[in-house]
Formats: sequence, structure tokens, C-alpha cells
Amino acid sequence: MEKLRRSMMFVPGNNPGKLQSAGVYGTDSVIFDLEDAVAITEKDAARHLVYNAIKSINYPCEVAVRINHIQTPFGRDDLLAVLPAKPDLIRLPKAESAEEIRIVDDIISQVEQDCGFASGTIKMGAAIETAIGLRQAYEIATASNRMTFLAIGGEDFIADLKTTRSKNGRELFVPRSELLLAARAAGIQAIDTVFSDVNDEEGFIEEVMMIKGLGFDGKSVINPRQAGLVHKVFQPTEKEIAQAKRILAAYEEALAKKSGVIALDGKMIDGPIVTRAERVLAYAAALKR
Amino acid sequence: MINTAGRVIPDTITGIAKVKPYAGPFAFVPEGRLVGPKIRASKPKSEKLLKSIEQAIDASGLQDGMTISFHHHFRNGDYVLNLVVEAIARKGIKGLTLAPSSLNDINDKIIPFIEQGVIRAIETSGGRGKLGKLMTSGKLDKPVIIRSHGGRARAIECGDLHIDVAFLGAPCCDTYGNINGINGKSACGSMGYAMVDAAYADKVIALTDNLVAHPLHTISIPQTHVDFIVELESIGDPKGIASGALRISRDPRELLIAEYATGVIEYSGYFKDGYSLQLGSGGASLAAAKFIKEKMLAQKITASFGVGGVTAPFVEMLDQGLINTLFDTQDFDIPSIESIKNNPRHQEMSASFYANPHNGGAIVNNLDVVILSATEVDVNFNVNVITDSNGTIMGASGGHCDTAAGAKLAIVVAPLLRGRLPMVLDRVNTIVTPGETVDVIVTERGVAINPLRKDLIANLSGAGLPLMSIEDLKQIAYDLAGAPDPIPVSDEVVGVVEYRDGTIIDVIRKPL
Amino acid sequence: MRKIFQPGQAGTLESNDIIVTIAPGEAGSGIVIELTSPVIKQYGRRIKEVIAETLTGLGITEALVQANDKGALDCAIRARVQTAAARALQEGGN
Repeated sequence: MEKLRRSMMFVPGNNPGKLQSAGVYGTDSVIFDLEDAVAITEKDAARHLVYNAIKSINYPCEVAVRINHIQTPFGRDDLLAVLPAKPDLIRLPKAESAEEIRIVDDIISQVEQDCGFASGTIKMGAAIETAIGLRQAYEIATASNRMTFLAIGGEDFIADLKTTRSKNGRELFVPRSELLLAARAAGIQAIDTVFSDVNDEEGFIEEVMMIKGLGFDGKSVINPRQAGLVHKVFQPTEKEIAQAKRILAAYEEALAKKSGVIALDGKMIDGPIVTRAERVLAYAAALKR
Repeated sequence: MINTAGRVIPDTITGIAKVKPYAGPFAFVPEGRLVGPKIRASKPKSEKLLKSIEQAIDASGLQDGMTISFHHHFRNGDYVLNLVVEAIARKGIKGLTLAPSSLNDINDKIIPFIEQGVIRAIETSGGRGKLGKLMTSGKLDKPVIIRSHGGRARAIECGDLHIDVAFLGAPCCDTYGNINGINGKSACGSMGYAMVDAAYADKVIALTDNLVAHPLHTISIPQTHVDFIVELESIGDPKGIASGALRISRDPRELLIAEYATGVIEYSGYFKDGYSLQLGSGGASLAAAKFIKEKMLAQKITASFGVGGVTAPFVEMLDQGLINTLFDTQDFDIPSIESIKNNPRHQEMSASFYANPHNGGAIVNNLDVVILSATEVDVNFNVNVITDSNGTIMGASGGHCDTAAGAKLAIVVAPLLRGRLPMVLDRVNTIVTPGETVDVIVTERGVAINPLRKDLIANLSGAGLPLMSIEDLKQIAYDLAGAPDPIPVSDEVVGVVEYRDGTIIDVIRKPL
Repeated sequence: MRKIFQPGQAGTLESNDIIVTIAPGEAGSGIVIELTSPVIKQYGRRIKEVIAETLTGLGITEALVQANDKGALDCAIRARVQTAAARALQEGGN
């Protein structure tokens, strides 16, 4: 069963108070941000804070670091500073080419070797935030074995499209779908964009329901309240849980009997259906913090 | 001597006739009878209204060395205590014992009068700000006596605390001394603390900014208890007396604590139709009120009664029929004051009805669930609410040990760290509430159940809460913050913490 | 051994943070730390220890440090010292 990433919570890397309490809220992942949350004059300070936090504090969830783009003056230094603390994942912003992924992958491999970490332990994820990036989404997704998810960076994407956010999110419909297709073709996860209006709870829940329906694996969030709401939306109903249990039971039974075709209620059960049932039960188990 | 809470209590303490060490929440059996005020004689057509505070002080017969009392229903909007103490000072009266139901930041103004010797001893529920520091400094003639709300009522009723003159701020007072707290610009709602003083003090002076024609028809303190009345321009600042409805916290940490506390209640075995509860007024408590309400609606549970310290969320539950009746000793905000004024199911009660352990049965004895706060807790579940991590008085005993003793389920909520300071320690600076009466400690990083409560341990195991031992919880705090160095204290006892039954549960020693 | 020739500062007055200012020290006096903190009684010793350890680990053995603490944990103190030192030494700076 793959790692759940229903909620990935951004935490500003220059805020020691928020870094130390980030793991308390039961989010699936935390993303310590060295990029947009940090002023240029504080990039050095944020690196040190994030490195020390990861080294000293026991986080119960996945710890990701969003570095600055590798083509900025900061990206490389970000990597060299935080990788020795062994974060679980590096998130790249504004990805536009497979080449960027490979460059970062190489740096990570070098540090893994230097620090004696098992090769491949540190994963990667990339945010697509431009039209060019979207055109390269599949290449980006497959550029490295470390690649675990594609995310969509909504605010910047909308700016790149030269439009504005609307209530129903129609402007992002195609980008979201294409991103999802690329991720699925590459066999990795798809994470939806941040929703910045913290006061619009109704709008947030609507958006989460919509992207869950599209097939997204999760959403980037900016505070614990949003994470809680995402988990509620991803929580399967009693009916869905019961059905998932039946599917898995039928599957187990058929395996034991070594029968060729597995069926339940007159419908065929094959690989994807079993995987989906496992996912339902994983979501169900996860809501109990 | 060492009491059963493990604290060293001196065998003799200045100002304490007989040192009785704490021996368990219900160990001490009282003897004797209640006391009463001096018998008064009053004639028909007597005039109680006096022209000034000074005249009232004269009429009361106040002399050096006597004990005066006040209520704290006006909180940081109170003018009465400061005005009266200042007037007493101008008259050259000295050496008084000040025994208000509590003290607030606004009372820092009386510090010069303490230093001048007008006041030489203090007995109260707590102190804040500079006055709290002064109370910890040992500059008074004897150690400060800290009592809970129930303990103060007990002490007054049995004579441990004899009040010579009670000066009571009266939001509404008629010309013969009937008082209520619900009318007037300085309305405060319930007058629960004042009711005890009024019944037992030798002389009672009402100070009002809302003098009305006799007779009042809603009476909290009857004319039979009131000797003199003084009319003032203003007895308090309405903004300090009652806030507008407090907003529910948006702090994610407080919300998480509230969520866990609600979970504890829900799965405790006590959450059923007809249960009763008390909530504090802190951020996590108010948030918990919202979550509990949602659960009560969803599970169709109605509370038979609520107890407070009443705030708007509690009143909302009363209005929606989720609580049958409220017993109210103090109102914090405007919606609560409106409610006690207009809703017959919202009942005023005295501090004695609320929490006195030595009467026929206070309401805390009927309480199922209470949520309390803390400045510190320790691995024996002892709770400190009076001193901070530096050993300085900055809080109040309040109804803490009373409700913890009475309630079937006492939950203490606190963030695991405040700044860098762990709130779960090996040993609290000062014990106010003994661990044997505390059932669950809830922080945002973990929930610890008192090992004495095997029933709760069983009931809460499937509740999806981050359960752990209190030692593990402490260790998480110490791993994050580092173990704190102990603060150096001297041997000098500057404060005595009485348990609700009059025994001594801890002393406060002067920090070096 | 690395010598400080100019001051470097890092940190903010936010809760759980610490402002660390590292300046050249008097010759021969080692690492001198002036600390204000709301938890000076409980953690003053430890805060100074962490500051000194971090500086020594960076090869700095002489410095005058002013620290204005608002309840920072050890990891935040280390980070701020590392940043202030780097800024003072003007290497890997912003």
C-alpha cells in the first residue's frame, strides 16, 4: 500500500515555533518551505532552521522540504544544507523539464553516498506551475526513480494562463486533468493545489470533493484546519468500507481456491479494483489519528 | 511534617493557629458549629444611605487590625476595592487583613497602601501582576493564605475567616439595601461570591452606582444583610466587567486540545442523557464547548445541568435546550448576564452552594464532568494553578480543587509546552489540586489517564486518542525542551495553600 | 580556528525564537555570552551551553555574543548561531 498523501501541509521554514509543532496535527506530510515563504534575505537562516529541526525533532509524518528552483542562486545550497538531515522528500517548485529533475537527483545521490544513506531513500516530488511544465509533465514524472508525485501549483499556473481564479475552478480543469493523466501514466501520485482563502471553508470543501472525484491523491494545505477537512472528505462512508471489505474477502478467497476469475455480485474483480478497495480501507484506518 | 501529597509543611506558620496537614480529599472531618455575624438591631425608618465612602468607614466601626472583604465579580473593571482601600488609608487606619474573593491586575493600585502598612495580611483565591509578585515577596506580616472558592466559603462559615466589614459593589441596590447583579450599567450577573460575605460579615456596606427606589423585586442579597449604602458615580468599568461574547479560538493547538478533551468526555462512559458538566473560560474550554455541543446534538444527549463560571457558549446550549438548567456563581460576558436576568432556568448560586465541602452538599458533588486548566501538572497528576514556573503568584485557586474533588471526571487541559517550558513536570512548584482527584490530562501531543482510574483506561482505549503514560508525556516535553533546571527557593514561607477543607496542601516559598 | 572581524545577527523576537548577535571578542576572553530570556532560571545555563558548543563546533573560540531569547528550543538556538556566525564570517550568506 503506497504512502498516503491526502494532506501535505506547508510550514514556513523561517519560523521556529511552527517548525517545532508541525508534526502535532496528524497531517500525512509536512513540507518545510525554503521557497515562497522565505524572504531572500533569510534564505540562509531558513536552511539552518530546517536542517536543525529535522535533525532534532521526531516527526510522526513524512517530512518534505520545498527547495528553491535549482536554477536560482539558492536551490543548490538548499539541497546541500538540508539533505544531510535526511528529509524524506524534496519538493521542487515550478518544474519545467526532465533535466531539472535529473540535476537534483544527481545531487541527492551524491549526498546519500557521502552521508552513508541507503541509495534512493530520499524521494522527490515536483510542482507543475506553468504551461510549459504541463507539456513536460510526463517527462518530469518519469525523469527519476525518486519521483513520487506531481503537484499542481494553482496560483502561479493561473497567472501563467493569464486569467484569474473563479468559484468553480474551471480555468484549472484541463491543467488538473492533464497533470493527473501524466501522473497516472507514470505510475505516481497527483497532489492538488493550495487553497489560500482560509476563511472560505465551504469553498475549500467543495474544491476537495471535486479533486477527489477527479482522482487526485491529496491536496497541499496551509494550516491544520484545512488538513482536517481534507481527511474528512477523503474518509470513506460506512457503505464504501463494507464493500471494500467484501471485495478483499472475495479476492483472498479466490486466491486461496486458486480460481482463475474472481467475481463479486456478478462483477469481475481485477487488479485495479482490489487496489482501490485497499485504498479505501487505508483511508478509513487513517482518520483515527 | 510531610503531608500525604508529599509536600513539606512547617510545623508552625505565622498566622495559622493550628497547622493541619492535607491527608486526602475527604479525610478531614470537621467539628463544631457555624458562626454568625454580630446581632444587629435596626429601627423602622432608619436611613442606610450615607454620603461617602469615608462616612461608611466611620459608620462601620472599622479599626486597626480588622479584616475587610470584597467580591471580584467586576474582575478588571472593578473600582470598589481600590477606592475603599485608598479611603481607608486616608483615614490613617492600619494593619488590616484584606480578604477579597480574588485579586486582579487592576488591584496593583493598592500596592503603595500595602507598603505603607494599611494592609498587612492577605487571604484570597489568587493574585496577578505586580500584586502577585508582592504577595510572593514575603513583605507582608504573615504568609498569604490561598483558598479555593469552596474553601473560602467554608472558612467564612465556620469562623476560620472572620470578616469585620464587607464592602460589596452592588450593580443595583435599593434604598434599604436589597441588591442584585443584573441591572444597571455595572451589571455583572451572578453575585455568588458576595452572597457569602453578606451573610457572615459583622458589617456590610453596599456601594452602588444604580440606586433605585425600595423595594427591588429580584433580590440576590437581602436588605437584612446590609447595614449601609454609599452611592458612587461609578463602581466599575462595564468593558472590564463583561466582555462581548468571546470568540472561539482559532489557534490550531487549542482546537486540537479541545478535540481530544471532547473525545475523552464522549468515550468516558459519562456522556449520556442527563449528565452534567462544567467548563472553564480558557480558549481550549470554549472550543470544547462547541465540539461537545455538536456531539450532544448528534447523539441526542441533554445535560441535566451545567455549572459555571458562565460564558456565551454555555448560554447557547441552555437556550437550545441542550442543558436543562445552569447553576451560576459568576458571569463573564454580556450574553451570560442577559441570560441570568431573563431565563428562569439560569440560576444564581452562592459560592457555598457551589463548592463548600462542609455543608449538606454542594453542587460540585453532583457534577459528572469538568474541564480545568493548569499552570503546571506533574507525573503524579498534581496540578498547579497559582504560581508560574518561577514560583511567583500569578493565578488563582478558584474552583479548581473543589470541582476536581466533586466531579466524577476531572479533565485538565494544557499545552505541553508554554514557550519553552514543559507543562508536565516531575514536580510542580505548588500543588493546588492533588493528583488523586485528577483523572485525565490532555495536551496537544498526548493524553494521560490517571492509573487509579482503571475504568477510564478501559473505556478510552478505543477512542482514537493519543493515549500514553504521564511519564511518557513528560518525556516528550523534556526531549523537546530539555529538562528544566530547578528554580532556587529559600526556606521562607510566603504563602500557604489551603485545600478546600482547611488543611494545608502546600506552601509557597520565596524564590531566590 | 576562525576569527570574527565584524558582527553578524540572526533571529527574530517571535515566540520560540532567539536573536543572536555575534561580534568580535576581546582577545583571550573566549566566548562571552550575554543572555536575556524569560526562562533564564530554568534554561539559562543550557542556552549558553548550546551557543558555546555550536560556536566551538564551527571553529570559533573567541566572540562576544548577545542573545535575546523568547523561548527557543536547542535546535532553533543552534540554527540561529550558525546563521549569525556565517553572516559574521560572510560565507554562504544570503
